[in-house]
Amino acid sequence: MPDSQAVFFWLLAALVIGSALAVVLLKNIVHSALYLFLTFVGVAGLYILLHAEFLAAVQLLIYAGAIAVLIVFAVMLVRRGDIRLSNLYSIHFLPALVVSLVLFALVAVAVGRQLWLGYLAPPPEEPLVSLARNFLGEYVIAFEVAAILLLSAIVGAVLIVRGRRRSAP
Amino acid sequence: MEHIFTDLAALVAGWVSGSPQWVQTLVMGCLYLIGVLTFIFLNCIFLIYLERKVSAYIQQRLGPNRVGPRGILQPVADALKLLGKEDIIPEKADHWVFRLAPIIILVPAIMVFAVIPFGKNMIPVDLNIGVFYFLAVASTTTLAILMGGWSSNNKYALLGSMRAVAQIVSYEVPLAFSILGVVMIAGSLKTSQIVAAQENYWFILLQPLGFLIYFIAATAEVNRAPFDLVEGEQEIIAGPFIEYTGMRFALFYLAEYANLVAVSCLGVTLFLGGWHGPWLPSWLWFLIKVYILIFVFMWTRWTFPRIRIDHFLDFNWKVLLPLALVNILLTGIGLKLYQYITLGVW
Amino acid sequence: MITLNHYVALSALLFCIGLLGALGKRNAIAILMGIELMLNAVNINLVAFNRFLQPSQVVGQVFALFIILVAAAEVAVGLALVINIYRRRLDTNIEDLNWLKW
Repeated sequence: MPDSQAVFFWLLAALVIGSALAVVLLKNIVHSALYLFLTFVGVAGLYILLHAEFLAAVQLLIYAGAIAVLIVFAVMLVRRGDIRLSNLYSIHFLPALVVSLVLFALVAVAVGRQLWLGYLAPPPEEPLVSLARNFLGEYVIAFEVAAILLLSAIVGAVLIVRGRRRSAP
Repeated sequence: MEHIFTDLAALVAGWVSGSPQWVQTLVMGCLYLIGVLTFIFLNCIFLIYLERKVSAYIQQRLGPNRVGPRGILQPVADALKLLGKEDIIPEKADHWVFRLAPIIILVPAIMVFAVIPFGKNMIPVDLNIGVFYFLAVASTTTLAILMGGWSSNNKYALLGSMRAVAQIVSYEVPLAFSILGVVMIAGSLKTSQIVAAQENYWFILLQPLGFLIYFIAATAEVNRAPFDLVEGEQEIIAGPFIEYTGMRFALFYLAEYANLVAVSCLGVTLFLGGWHGPWLPSWLWFLIKVYILIFVFMWTRWTFPRIRIDHFLDFNWKVLLPLALVNILLTGIGLKLYQYITLGVW
Repeated sequence: MITLNHYVALSALLFCIGLLGALGKRNAIAILMGIELMLNAVNINLVAFNRFLQPSQVVGQVFALFIILVAAAEVAVGLALVINIYRRRLDTNIEDLNWLKW
């Protein structure tokens, strides 16, 4: 009987990494976006493995909408030419590959040397309650600032998209 | 009668009680899945018949009346017809996405039923994020519609799927906010506890505005008339489903009815007291209430004309969303007042 | 047995893939996707550290939620900028956006 935790971890890891590679390597931007959603579903699965169910639901709820909007914009803004060649590599692709590989090698070496003394105690009895206590207790200022940030992002996005208002006819 | 389904589950659990833990989990999971699938398919078959009959009575027609007594076998004839149709994939379509879309749209439609309490002790999985799980999984439907619409490589399909994104993403906001009022009163996201909190009075009495917002937003979420702008036969033919034929089209159709049943089940759970009711078995009460709500959905569909897309989105952001926020504010004030009156503390 | 090192390694790999996407793609929307991948890698890290080192608390999840929130704001503003650029240039190719260069 294999360790079910390990089985799910490796399956989800393969899903996340495979679809993330597809996001970066595919040349069709819509396929990239769909694989991006698959990556996020895999990450949500990892959250569930880590006993963060609320976060997994937030991940699904927010990113499903976000990806849909991304696809719409991608399709709208790539009107000219072929959608199958809408997501090409830039001239910086090779340097970027080198940078990413070097960074990964560095982190991998560091992670390989470090051994954290982690322990798997049972998660909090009521995770939602402790989340709420954190948000409206210790981190209440950050919470309010985040709300203001979202509001200003919405207002800013609408202003930028609308552009300069022309005089009324 | 009351315990017929729970006894069945206990019987199967007894059979596998000797085997290892993961076998038990697997067997019970499959059992719940089969139960939910049976529920969905039986309801969908019946709803196809019911929709046609209801629309016929509202329009003073007879409706299907040739196949079987009172046309009861009409869904079977429909299914046979769809099975026999040629399966067409457009030449310029994105083949894989086109094939995947009708399958993917069924996944959230089935998954949402996991947290619905169908009766006393008849909830497949009692998650501690219950209602929120429902919203999160249901929101992925947008992507399946978008996949179908984009991959068809048809301008009407693309228009329809863009409408779907605009409509479903924006109506999710008042839907979530209308549910929030109920969650505040029940003090839990668990569907089982929300139902338990409605033992004496239904939440529709405490949250009439919330129920109205939920009903409107849910109609928009499942793309039913008067908010069926995604399909809009007279404007964009059938929207994202225009290029689909035969069984693939039937899967979209099935998902649509499954979503209708799902939002009705959630509405009953949140606002109409779930399975609570006198005399009859709890699951029968649940079913009766769900069908009453479905009937109201059909009634609105066949009574109101379709709304224009810009009016429709304006209505969401300028009317429905502020109303939902006011509802949350009033609920909060009411809760505090109730606390003060009964307990004497703020 | 899955340890914290597994999660950190996975998150590092995901981060590097995201970095590759953000640096090596031509389409502005693809670059936004790469940034999203990197943010998600960070979130895995936070939640995993939370789970393995402080299992009785949820501070890591709180931080992860803040990151998701900031990511949402970032996508909104980023897409608005892309649209505005597209209106002037009819293009979303990052390599053509060199107005400030000379």
